Amino acid sequence: MNENAELTKEYFEKRNKRTKTSAFIKKLLGNNNLGDFIFERLTLLFAMLVFLLVLFMAWEMYSHSILSIKKFGFHFLVTSVWDPFNEVFGALPIIYGTIVSSLLGLLIAVPLGIAVAVFLSEIAPGWLEKPLSFLTELLAGVPSVIYGLWGIFVLVPWLRDNVEPLLQNTFPNSPLFQGAPYGFGMLAAAVILSIMVLPIISSISRDILKSVPNTQREAAYALGATKWEVTKIVLGNAKSGLLGAIMLGLGRAIGETMAVTMVIGNRPQISASLLDPSYTMASVLANEFTEATSDLYLNALIELALVLFVITILINILARLLVWSTERKWKSNPA
Amino acid sequence: MEIKSGLNKISLYRRKITNVIMLSLSFLSALLALVPLIFVFYYTISKGIDHLNLNFFTKLPTPIGEPGGGMVNAIVGTLILVGIGGAIGIPVGIMSGTYLSEFGHNKFGSLVRFLTDVLSGVPSIVVGVVAYTLVVLPMKHFSAFAGGVALAILMIPTITRTTEEMIKLVPQSYREAGLALGIPKWKTTVLIILKTAWKGIATGILLGLSRAAGETAPLLFTALGNRFWSTNVFQPMASLTVYIYEYSTAPFKDWNDQAWTAALVLILLISVLSLIFRIITRSKYKV
Repeated sequence: MNENAELTKEYFEKRNKRTKTSAFIKKLLGNNNLGDFIFERLTLLFAMLVFLLVLFMAWEMYSHSILSIKKFGFHFLVTSVWDPFNEVFGALPIIYGTIVSSLLGLLIAVPLGIAVAVFLSEIAPGWLEKPLSFLTELLAGVPSVIYGLWGIFVLVPWLRDNVEPLLQNTFPNSPLFQGAPYGFGMLAAAVILSIMVLPIISSISRDILKSVPNTQREAAYALGATKWEVTKIVLGNAKSGLLGAIMLGLGRAIGETMAVTMVIGNRPQISASLLDPSYTMASVLANEFTEATSDLYLNALIELALVLFVITILINILARLLVWSTERKWKSNPA
Repeated sequence: MEIKSGLNKISLYRRKITNVIMLSLSFLSALLALVPLIFVFYYTISKGIDHLNLNFFTKLPTPIGEPGGGMVNAIVGTLILVGIGGAIGIPVGIMSGTYLSEFGHNKFGSLVRFLTDVLSGVPSIVVGVVAYTLVVLPMKHFSAFAGGVALAILMIPTITRTTEEMIKLVPQSYREAGLALGIPKWKTTVLIILKTAWKGIATGILLGLSRAAGETAPLLFTALGNRFWSTNVFQPMASLTVYIYEYSTAPFKDWNDQAWTAALVLILLISVLSLIFRIITRSKYKV
């Protein structure tokens, strides 16, 4: 009897449990919460993948350049002998070439790019703005290697035969234009970079200028300002966003590989002359990566990639913050 | 009083002159910005058209010094590489874009959004280095698969952000209508929201694919290049862009000429891809 009661109790407990579980599953499935649960977690997984990718990339490069980091330490960044045969790696001339070629490129691209943005956002009528924007964006879509091809066979001969002799004759004593005019060198790289960075700067600047509310323009017109004076006020309002656009261009210029590799002459040296060949981090990687025979050489190249990664990440973080803050400023507080 | 109005006249005159000068400068800059575009297209077409014949699409490259030949292996190689990249990058991009727009209204979502933008600024050659350490080093040889992985990483930011932006354009009432009919959220998202936004998402995919087709740097030490016919994804594979690089920097005249043709074919290939895509995605669902 006692045994029987216990069995019954057990039976009911089991049944209770089962119905509880099945009710739970039924509730999940019935309301389709389970599907939603899975779907949300699945998309979250992929979003986390993107998030982890950035960290993973840094870790992957760090762990594969440990030999070089241990051997050269900080000297890697500040010494200037890059000698694969004797396994001495100092990246200073390469970092110098990267930064100088990018800044020179920006020197040409920034005034032009912002002027184009002003034209597109403030001056051009609607029927002209759309095709022009499309064309400048087309400029951004041309593969880098095709710019390089054009650079080798059109730009470099033109610079060598026309521009560089002219510069040397006009400024015979300037340290900027010394040495034989090869065509290949810092100047060619700067010109190619300015062409490639221009569409980025102009299209982001245009968006920034467009986000400045019209009330700002109307107020200036009401005070009797001319169109140019209104534009100056709009530019002043969009200052930090424009700085962000410029920095995005800088990030692109620093990491640009193919076109620069094809025209810069590829020689690790620090020279004041714009006509001399130079080298950038990206072009060292493009040229030497498959030739790296020893582990230390490969590690040094991967460390160079890591340095390039860190620099561009920092520039991009700063640039995005600037662009975001400007665009948000007007959204949250339309003056 | 008289002096003052005179001054005003001069300064107004000056202001108007400045106005005209600055506005014309801005217009001239816009024209100047288009000059390189015209130049690049003009030279690619005029120099590339000479060697553009059937052989280019059907024959393999010839040894140095032997004229003729084509780049059929590179054309197919580029398509395979972009295909591998798309097979990995498109699902990741669409899923994470869906997360950002449907569930990502929190701190983690903003962080992912931010990092995606930052990722799009990472130089493509750095992505190539990562693909090298990730795939080539463990496998101990260069392979098309490694190149595909690099291209996938490069595509992900574009596809993620376009997907998010396009899904956001779908009116909130569509979501509410789906839920009101008792359709669970995931079904609403997949069958209604994604379907409505499909055309826009396809544009993002296309943008990602065509950029990947034009990439050279991440392929240099992953897919490497191959002078022979190969469709094995675990072996080195030829691509148009790497050929353009090698042939334009080589000291042989007929190689240089073929580089121009390869450039023209690459531009044509990208245009054809976008045309096909446009036809496929032409649907009655519009955003």
